[in-house]
Amino acid sequence: MAVKDLKTVFHTQDGVIHAVNGISFDLSEGELLAVVGESGSGKSVTMMSLLQLLPMPPAEIIAGSVKFDGVNLLELSPSEIRHFRGAKIGFIFQDPMTSLNPVFTVGFQIMEPLREHMGMSKSQARLRAIELLELVGIPSAADRLNDYPHQFSGGMRQRVVIAIALSCDPKVLIADEPTTALDVTVQAQILELVRDLRKKLGMAIIWITHDLGVAAGIADRVMVMYGGFAVEYANVGEVFKSPRHPYTAALLETLPLHGSEGGERLLSIDGQPPDLIFKPVSCPFAPRCSFKVDRCLEENPLLKDTEDGSVDIHEVACWYDLRKGELRE
Amino acid sequence: MSNGATQSHADSQAWGETLVEVSDLQMHFPIYKGILRRKVGAVKAVDGLDFDIKRGETLGLVGESGCGKSTCGRALLRLYDITGGKITFEGQNIADLQGEDLRNMRPRMQMIFQDPQACLNPRMTVGSIIAEPLDEHEIASGAEKNKRVRELLTAVGMNPEFTNRYPHEFSGGQRQRIGIARALALEPEFIVCDEPIAALDVSIQAQVVNLLQDLQAEMGLTYLFISHDLGMIRHIADRVAVMYLGKIVELAPVGELFKNPQHPYTKALFSAVPVPDPEIEAKRERVILKGDVPSPANPPSGCRFCTRCPVAVKKCFDSEPQWRELGSNEGDREKHQIACHLAG
Repeated sequence: MAVKDLKTVFHTQDGVIHAVNGISFDLSEGELLAVVGESGSGKSVTMMSLLQLLPMPPAEIIAGSVKFDGVNLLELSPSEIRHFRGAKIGFIFQDPMTSLNPVFTVGFQIMEPLREHMGMSKSQARLRAIELLELVGIPSAADRLNDYPHQFSGGMRQRVVIAIALSCDPKVLIADEPTTALDVTVQAQILELVRDLRKKLGMAIIWITHDLGVAAGIADRVMVMYGGFAVEYANVGEVFKSPRHPYTAALLETLPLHGSEGGERLLSIDGQPPDLIFKPVSCPFAPRCSFKVDRCLEENPLLKDTEDGSVDIHEVACWYDLRKGELRE
Repeated sequence: MSNGATQSHADSQAWGETLVEVSDLQMHFPIYKGILRRKVGAVKAVDGLDFDIKRGETLGLVGESGCGKSTCGRALLRLYDITGGKITFEGQNIADLQGEDLRNMRPRMQMIFQDPQACLNPRMTVGSIIAEPLDEHEIASGAEKNKRVRELLTAVGMNPEFTNRYPHEFSGGQRQRIGIARALALEPEFIVCDEPIAALDVSIQAQVVNLLQDLQAEMGLTYLFISHDLGMIRHIADRVAVMYLGKIVELAPVGELFKNPQHPYTKALFSAVPVPDPEIEAKRERVILKGDVPSPANPPSGCRFCTRCPVAVKKCFDSEPQWRELGSNEGDREKHQIACHLAG
């Protein structure tokens, strides 16, 4: 999957909200890309734009392309994109209680995409549904097909949602904060399950999260978003070891250190995230940035690879080079 | 800010004396069923807690959702009529206080809530929100009240000119500051912070935690800090209590607990928290618990953790472990307490 220069806006009474301002990324087969950012940074809107899941209007995708299997997903009609949603691209939402329908049995909800997309008969779909529930670690799967979502606990519900997303063997799985609503011990179970499933099934995953710890634990690559822009994009080790955008660096510093005794003050980022109603002409992070120069307020830096000549990519959108301590060209 | 009263109060009391003492605290919520709404059982949200909080310290309370952390905090402030046990606040048992007596205790203990959106009345201005406790307890009025409100806003790092604005005009972090200002209005000694940063973004969390620590140093406040964020608890707390299904399973000074966790649940909880460092994440061993927390309406017999415990033996299913102290201890503050048959 290749996303290029995606721009999404919302038309509201107060004006145009610039939610996503030119996001580009590639997703190779079997890769896990973590998208990290605060609320309102455009993580979810980006991913929902890919599958045209946003209500339009008020939302409008004003530019960009999403290449998937040689098709531009953004040019498809509503009936055409339906063949991709759930079939080739699975989606897991944040809250398992609201993404499952309370009045249908879990079995029905897993079998629905199987019969719709794969053309299975009822009995085939049933067998596959049992297989899927066993895959995501739900005990006595066959008996639980006739249960309703409220009869499952939070962690089990999220497993069901994952089973539905996996039902048609998608090539890409988009997970929008799938563990945020869960407790840490249950989150650990789900993360373990995802690690395991990746080994078995090998699909590519886009994992949206605001928890840097979760991203560190499962991602291959990380994209950091701020104010509707991607500000840094690199391998997971690189992002955490040598962050090159002031926002990423500051974000890592605000966390209490692992293994520290406490006592010392936390470093904090002053100020507020940007208001997206203003058309982005300057660097979105500039008002809160401790390295800002005049140029940051006049011109928004583009995401550029800073790893000259090397195979790895480490893209940063910043005029200031944190490593060398000087301005970039 | 003019916290003269609080300051002198704090000075006159020795730091480290016991401020709040809780013994065998129980809070059960009845379950009613059928046409006659007969009581058929009880959700044992908090079922026998023993701990104390020293003046000027921060006691961290951690646990998963539904383990009774918030109920414990609210019960301490007597926001509930508790089912059983004793709460001693500065030597006075407040467990059975009613009416006017209880009301007179209220200004000394306050609460900061989780969701700054929900805990501020959207139809009231910031000024009237912060002034409400002052009106309610008839502390100040007129010009004096306005002065006090402005002082409080300054104390939490906000512009005192904001008194006539409404909560929706502020961001989450600022709203949380307003909630903190309201809690401080009556110059309390003890504040229960119920997940004060859970609803905030990472970059804002640090601001609020720093503010809470500054206020504590300035005014000699005592906190019960309820959170599920172990990283933050480790940063802010002096001692930490770990709760599971209505009971405290382990309580120790923060350094000791994180270095040397003894209860299997504490170990599992610590290992479940993702660390923002890919190298550590790749290497470390995880204890993955099976299943979910059982219902507090029908807790397992024996040790409450036995159904999910990776090292449980027969004894754990049969008898409930005693709340006891571990090993040798130097002085009162170094106690490491635990409820487990196998530890130590």
